[in-house]
Amino acid sequence: MPFIPNSKTEPVYDVIVVGSGAAGGQTAYVLAAAGVKVLMLEAGRRYDPVSETPMFNTNHHAPLRGAATPDKPFGFFDATVGGGWRVPGEPYITKRSGSDAWVEASATDVGARQNFMWWRPRMLGGRTNHWGRFSFRMGEYDFKPRRRDGLGMDWPFEYKDLAPYYDKVERLIGVFGSNEGLENTPNSSPGVLLPPPKPRAYELLAKKAGATLGIPVIPSHVAILSQAQDHERIPKWLHPHSPAAQRALADNMKTRLACMWATNCVRGCAIKANYQSTTVHLPPALATGNLDIITDAMVREVSVNAEGRATGVFYVDKKTRTDLHVKARAVVLAAGGCESARILLNSKSAHFGNGLANSSGKVGRYLMDTVGSGLGGQIPALENAPIHNEDGAMTMHMYMPWGKYREQLAGKLDFPRGYHIEFGGGRTMPDAGTFFGLEGFTGGSYGRKMKADLRRYYGSFVYFAGRGEMIPNDDCYCELDPDQKDTWGIPVLRFHWKWSEHEERQAAHMQKTIAEIIEAMGGRVTSPPQLDGKRAIFPGGSIIHEVGTTCLGSDPEHSVLNPFCQAWDVKNLFVTDGGPFVSNADKNPTLTIMANAWRATDYLLEEMRKGNI
Amino acid sequence: MNSSQRLPRREAIKWLFAASATLAMLDWRSFGMPAVAAKGYGLDPNLLETYNPGDLWPLTLTEAQRRTATALGDLIIPADNKSPAASELHVVDFIDEWISAPYPEQQQHREIILNGLAWIENESAKRFKKTFAELGEREQQAIADEICFAPKAAPELQTAARFFALFRNLTTGGFYSTPAGWKDIGYVGNVALQKFDGPPPEVLKHVGLL
Repeated sequence: MPFIPNSKTEPVYDVIVVGSGAAGGQTAYVLAAAGVKVLMLEAGRRYDPVSETPMFNTNHHAPLRGAATPDKPFGFFDATVGGGWRVPGEPYITKRSGSDAWVEASATDVGARQNFMWWRPRMLGGRTNHWGRFSFRMGEYDFKPRRRDGLGMDWPFEYKDLAPYYDKVERLIGVFGSNEGLENTPNSSPGVLLPPPKPRAYELLAKKAGATLGIPVIPSHVAILSQAQDHERIPKWLHPHSPAAQRALADNMKTRLACMWATNCVRGCAIKANYQSTTVHLPPALATGNLDIITDAMVREVSVNAEGRATGVFYVDKKTRTDLHVKARAVVLAAGGCESARILLNSKSAHFGNGLANSSGKVGRYLMDTVGSGLGGQIPALENAPIHNEDGAMTMHMYMPWGKYREQLAGKLDFPRGYHIEFGGGRTMPDAGTFFGLEGFTGGSYGRKMKADLRRYYGSFVYFAGRGEMIPNDDCYCELDPDQKDTWGIPVLRFHWKWSEHEERQAAHMQKTIAEIIEAMGGRVTSPPQLDGKRAIFPGGSIIHEVGTTCLGSDPEHSVLNPFCQAWDVKNLFVTDGGPFVSNADKNPTLTIMANAWRATDYLLEEMRKGNI
Repeated sequence: MNSSQRLPRREAIKWLFAASATLAMLDWRSFGMPAVAAKGYGLDPNLLETYNPGDLWPLTLTEAQRRTATALGDLIIPADNKSPAASELHVVDFIDEWISAPYPEQQQHREIILNGLAWIENESAKRFKKTFAELGEREQQAIADEICFAPKAAPELQTAARFFALFRNLTTGGFYSTPAGWKDIGYVGNVALQKFDGPPPEVLKHVGLL
């Protein structure tokens, strides 16, 4: 079973999986490895990182030297296909700050002026092709935040319930990092993590500065192979009862090479050294013979029968603009938090007038993103450094986890939840903007003086980005727009968004802390820290960690899904993307999405075996 | 997203903020230049191709404007013992590509650059009765010194100073993103390695960690 045209579908599949990114890839992989017949539907085009990734291509051969444009907001070489802050023909509705009018989100008028931003690619593998690969586990506190400080919501299970799945995902995809035993920053089981790369000079300087401020600076956890995976032992450990699954996985692992410490992961990776669904989840799932994939298939509705059970999905074949239907025993939505909610809200029927799985009225509710705020610094110690290659993994080797849990619990800080700090800089590959705005340092020099100045300053800038926990609130949600439809005739989403003081104060604290770190490194900030949290915080959605909208819970009145991501109202319907999240810790969500998806899929398999589905 | 490796998201946002800052400084009336009607490269360009200025959208600069821009580029980046002048790396082609691009940021820059080049020529004629390219280095410097740093430029020269800052940004962007530019500032990456060793001892010593 392979990539198929619409005409070649089976009469009935065991499971339909909508979406092919972290959640869809993980779900389909587990199902196919277990021998279940799966159809995956992806709204974007087929995409092959091995043949399409611009691995060593340089900016001077790219349009505008690779600079960001509205067509490619993260730069020309970013892997994203068919989307970004806009998808042509598929608008969404939001507000501008300071205005109460609903407007179509703009491709260019983002930044501070748009309340909510929604990043969508249209490609096989979704956002996993370009993501930052940061893979942090949520900790014990993060699953039970309300128990700890009375705010937000608790997950209907504990860290220990997900811990084995974190181990499995980390082994499957390959994550480098270290076990530091810090509070609420869980260790992986022994032997699971790959060794972290050595820190760069600016990372060591930050570590030294952090020590004076009580801020830990430790190896980051990133889904990049710092060495080849153990293709003999890992497949046996992951699939002890299935030689076929072991073979499929081992064969793919053998084709994945270790990182060669060059070219940025946001481009994708032709040697499969990082995790992206298209190189890690989908090839072995296809190799089992149990997975069919249809691309350019825009799902609009889950179909239900007279008993209120899901029977399959309706989708639009984008190439011919025809409406098609496929059937399955169970349906898993993994289209991305907001897109899965959109499909449910659009699945109205006699049984479900309010949208499918929405008897609680909670579909679309408790939308969260990550709090983001950042500040740059110039570090004199790094000026005129001897020439050396700092590419490394082209992402951070070290980061700063949150460590002030006790101060927070004791009420010593004016915001309840934590943040970590990511940082980067140094001697990166120059692009069109590398020296933009340097006159503040050079006094406006030009000519030979400027050339000497740039040699001095190159590599001496470091940028710090705070990434913090947002607490779900009643003012942040998505719903169907009453009027607007997309080019496929499907009603679109509109987004309500309002940060609370918890997030705004946290953003101000990020600014203050980052300025202290820069100062402790002997540097100076490149702009004054913004201590007004409302101004320091990036717009909702801009960190691209949108989760929530189909919340988990332990009772059907107040949640959409049960603790295993199964819809309370429709037992053969699951959601396995970021939608089930009921808290959004400062640990970037992708790793948790995959671990939670694996756990939910095991439950789905068990229910199928028992004949309940 | 995920991300921070030099934090592409941050880069993107920084970029967008820069765009609004540029908008605010646009206080100069356009000379009625035609708008760019071309389309961008879209949401799914071929990333493996080699692109040259003019491949994707028509260029803008006239021969006379190119002469001005080339001379100004070489004043900003002249040859020295480490690297060539801006003109040897065809930086003006990049600037032309940039200001001809059908994107909002670049369209704003287009106006600033074209008006600024006209201002430079006007100033050159007024003060020296020659084109800017015909001036000697000291004469060129006499013009540039007054506008090379906005905080020290006269109030009536603020617009020209903002032009100069943008032109310098584009010139450095076009120059240092080439292999010759990498060599000049010491970027030695983008090569496959068996392992990443971290900073060598002389670097640790330089930054005071050894």
